[in-house]
Amino acid sequence: MSALNRKLIRDLLHMKGQAIAIAAVIGCGIAIFIGAQSTHWSLQSARQAYYERNRFPEVFSSLKRAPNSIAGRVRDLPGVRSVVTRIVKGVTLTVPGLEEPAVGKLISYPDRGEPVISTVHLLTGRFPDPLRNGEVLVEEAFASEHGFQQGDKIDAVMNGRLQTLTITGVAMSPEYITTIQPGSLWPDDKRFGIFWMPRRQMEAAFEMEGAFNDIALTLTGNAIEEEVIRLLDRTLAPSGGLGAYGLDLHYSHRFISDELTQLRTMSIIPPTIFLGVAAFLLNVALRRILSLQREQIAALKAFGYSNREIGFHYGGLISAIIALGSILGCLLGIYMGKSMTAMYAEFYRFPITVFKIDFRILIGGVCLSFLAGLAGVVSAVRNAVRIQPAEAMRPEPPPSYEPSFIERMGWHRFLSQAPRMILRELTRRPAKAALTSLGIAFACGILIVGNFGKDAVTFLIDFQFDLQQRQDATLTFYEAVPIRAISSLKHIDGIVSVEPFRSVPVRFRHGQFSRQTSIMGVKEKRELFRLLNTDGQEVPLPDDGLILSSALAGILSAHIGDTVHVEVLEGERAKRKVKVAGVVDDFSGTASYMNIRSLNRLMSEPPVLTGAWISIRDGSSHHVFQELKETPAIAGVTLQKVAVEGFMDSFAENLLHMRMFNVVFACIIAFGVVYNSARVALSERGRELATLRVIGFTRGEVSSILLGELAFLTVIAIPVGFAIGYSLCLFISTALETELYRIPMVLNPPTFAFAAVVVGLAALVSGLLVRRGIDHLDMVSVLKSSE
Amino acid sequence: MDDSETAELVYEARDLTKVYHMGEVSVQALRGVDIQLYESELIVLLGHSGSGKSTLLNILGGLDVPSSGEVFYRGSRMSDFSEAELTRYRREHVGFVFQFYNLIPSLTARENVALVTEIARDPMKPEDALALVDLTNRMDHFPSQMSGGEQQRVAIARAIAKQPDVLLCDEPTGALDLETGIKVLEAIDNVNRELGTTTAVITHNSVISDMAHRVIRLLDGQIESIEENDVIRAASELNW
Repeated sequence: MSALNRKLIRDLLHMKGQAIAIAAVIGCGIAIFIGAQSTHWSLQSARQAYYERNRFPEVFSSLKRAPNSIAGRVRDLPGVRSVVTRIVKGVTLTVPGLEEPAVGKLISYPDRGEPVISTVHLLTGRFPDPLRNGEVLVEEAFASEHGFQQGDKIDAVMNGRLQTLTITGVAMSPEYITTIQPGSLWPDDKRFGIFWMPRRQMEAAFEMEGAFNDIALTLTGNAIEEEVIRLLDRTLAPSGGLGAYGLDLHYSHRFISDELTQLRTMSIIPPTIFLGVAAFLLNVALRRILSLQREQIAALKAFGYSNREIGFHYGGLISAIIALGSILGCLLGIYMGKSMTAMYAEFYRFPITVFKIDFRILIGGVCLSFLAGLAGVVSAVRNAVRIQPAEAMRPEPPPSYEPSFIERMGWHRFLSQAPRMILRELTRRPAKAALTSLGIAFACGILIVGNFGKDAVTFLIDFQFDLQQRQDATLTFYEAVPIRAISSLKHIDGIVSVEPFRSVPVRFRHGQFSRQTSIMGVKEKRELFRLLNTDGQEVPLPDDGLILSSALAGILSAHIGDTVHVEVLEGERAKRKVKVAGVVDDFSGTASYMNIRSLNRLMSEPPVLTGAWISIRDGSSHHVFQELKETPAIAGVTLQKVAVEGFMDSFAENLLHMRMFNVVFACIIAFGVVYNSARVALSERGRELATLRVIGFTRGEVSSILLGELAFLTVIAIPVGFAIGYSLCLFISTALETELYRIPMVLNPPTFAFAAVVVGLAALVSGLLVRRGIDHLDMVSVLKSSE
Repeated sequence: MDDSETAELVYEARDLTKVYHMGEVSVQALRGVDIQLYESELIVLLGHSGSGKSTLLNILGGLDVPSSGEVFYRGSRMSDFSEAELTRYRREHVGFVFQFYNLIPSLTARENVALVTEIARDPMKPEDALALVDLTNRMDHFPSQMSGGEQQRVAIARAIAKQPDVLLCDEPTGALDLETGIKVLEAIDNVNRELGTTTAVITHNSVISDMAHRVIRLLDGQIESIEENDVIRAASELNW
């Protein structure tokens, strides 16, 4: 090994504390990058494999009822490869141990063999016997939520008749990777379950012999999806087609796609911050090494080493640190990716998830860190080797200090020597001080980002359920019922108030834009369900015209006063023009609202309702739910708040996981920056501090000069960090915005406090570590040396 | 080198000046210096601190450039040298010894010498160079484990290991006591005699001038006098 390389290794060992701190910061950046990227990739491939193996359809449509012969006509449409028809029906379930009724979705399955497309994946048990009454497969999420096993029984109200379902097995399907009840925003595995039942049994129970009410297709390679959807809608219209849609509107698919997109965003933003901070740290550390080794560089040049050789030497030093960081980062990233993939796999219930690490991701991560690191040091090395050796051999000219700003203001009377030294040091090199402070501020900002998700989701839930949707339960009917049904609901003891709504499936068109959704007709005066802007302002409901959610208005590019085309997807399938009367700036979904009276007019039908919001007197819920279970017209009872709480339990676990990574990484950054700054300051000012010790300063006094400076920089950094954190959250909330959710920009005081405390602690710990160095200053040798 | 009777001219400097700007102060270190150095001779540059001797040496060694004037090394004008040529010149022709040794603290004595032998064209073995300065038994010690005299001898070994044409020593004994200083000077003397290396030694200690072929005195950036010694004393005979 050459002498220069030996020097490199020993220099590295000498600065091992700093090297490890910097490597750790780099490692965090790479770890997040690799962790998030590989999780993204693993989930993406798991979903792809699942889709392929179970032949996931590409176009879907529900309809009222069509004879089986229609399927043949659909199969003959250009662009269609395969077709599967199904009977899908909602049922009300009485689940042991669950007070409120649950909702089941029964899906028919071929009596014999597999369907051509959209097969289910049997996990345990067996397929139901088509000749036996009431045998079903249950979807895994609902089954594991209730601990259902083969042979267990559930009571269901099917088509107004009570029937007992017998579970023969547990299965899963790529169509229901997440199961979300229609009209709900959150998965509720406790109260919503998917079941598969032999077709023959379904036909008998729902009087659907020779007919179907749900269809799914796959397309040929060259098919144009929009065209197939158009043709399919036309074919199904006489049978009451409810509007065909592609993958982009498939609930489960979209939910996971959004999640994957978010994961992708998360694999870009935080690593960029981390690597940026690491580059900064490397730059600071290297500049210091170079100025400490000024004479060594001069000597090397005197012996005839070229600038390039010296540059490579220090480049090698930095590369070694980056390499260490890369190795740490890769290992940690793989661990993180594995645990995140496992977590998501459980959350989404893929039948098999193999953690895959793409070597391109690893190499990409390592290259990224080298780029960041070397970018940070190139200028430092270039400056160092540029000086004439003779000039480098002389000690640096004494830095010129001047009285600080505060002293010039005449406040020096109040300052003893130590604070003066601190202030002058800060004012002499404000850029360096600012960069150090900025590094600490970034750590603070990352800590804030770490808790942002929790704050935002908590706010979202409070907003949605305490202010906006104040009902205790949402009832939906199998089909539209006359308005007088309200009074029978009001007669149930324990129901305090009832507010009706009517939901109508429609397709909006505005210019070239279109969107399939539904219009919610509501009464003008409401207490339970309010239309609120994100700032809490209530949006008034006009007599006429539509209120669009801001996301829907964006999709349609429609503004207040514009006229949109409404294509009703049920009944007479009326086509109307309606004015946009308002936009509600809400947090989730693509809903639209209308006055129920004008909606009824639009439909040219007598007033009906499809559901109602109710509030229940405290303590009466058991009785109310019992009554509701026995009301055959009711298809479902959703307890949104309970649902969300259930969802949050599992979500919180995931969140905690991510938060843990975030907090650990932010601590490493905070520690890395503060420790490095302190080490650099100590080596820069060792002589000065030793001199102070010689003339009689105590260790404590000397430490207070050095650590006082750091404390000052840390204190300044915290408010800056708050601002950085806020901006990052704002950026992330915009970047993560999806159609389903818009993330409110909310940060609670405890989040700020947490960030400040962690940064303070990190500063304290690194200060104490460096303090040990101050205590061991060698006064004699420091003064004797040539510098 | 060649067969001419007079020794060949190694350095020739004409009307050198040098101004330093140190922080906010300007220092005129050289004010018109003319000097010649010949093959195999040992000269001593004498002068008080600030007289410009280090500046002169640094310019000769290619570590610094004059503000005005010209320097020729074996007939080539050094101001024409590019950065790369200056580097090659130092690498191939010049050995340096500094007052504060400038050893790399993270390398052992042997490794410090190897630092130079690894890049030189026709070097000695580091062990041989260290033997020349009588440090065979300290080869694997780090600078922090050696006395000042020993460190300076490592520096000399490092300077001569490349078998340079010229050896430039800036206050080689400045930080040393008498006894160790003598040892260091012996080492330099040895190199000059045995290898015939043209040697320039800077000092403010006039006793050392007794070992030189010629003594050049500087005062305030100018040459005060140049004397030739009739009797040249061995380093071991010096005393101060």
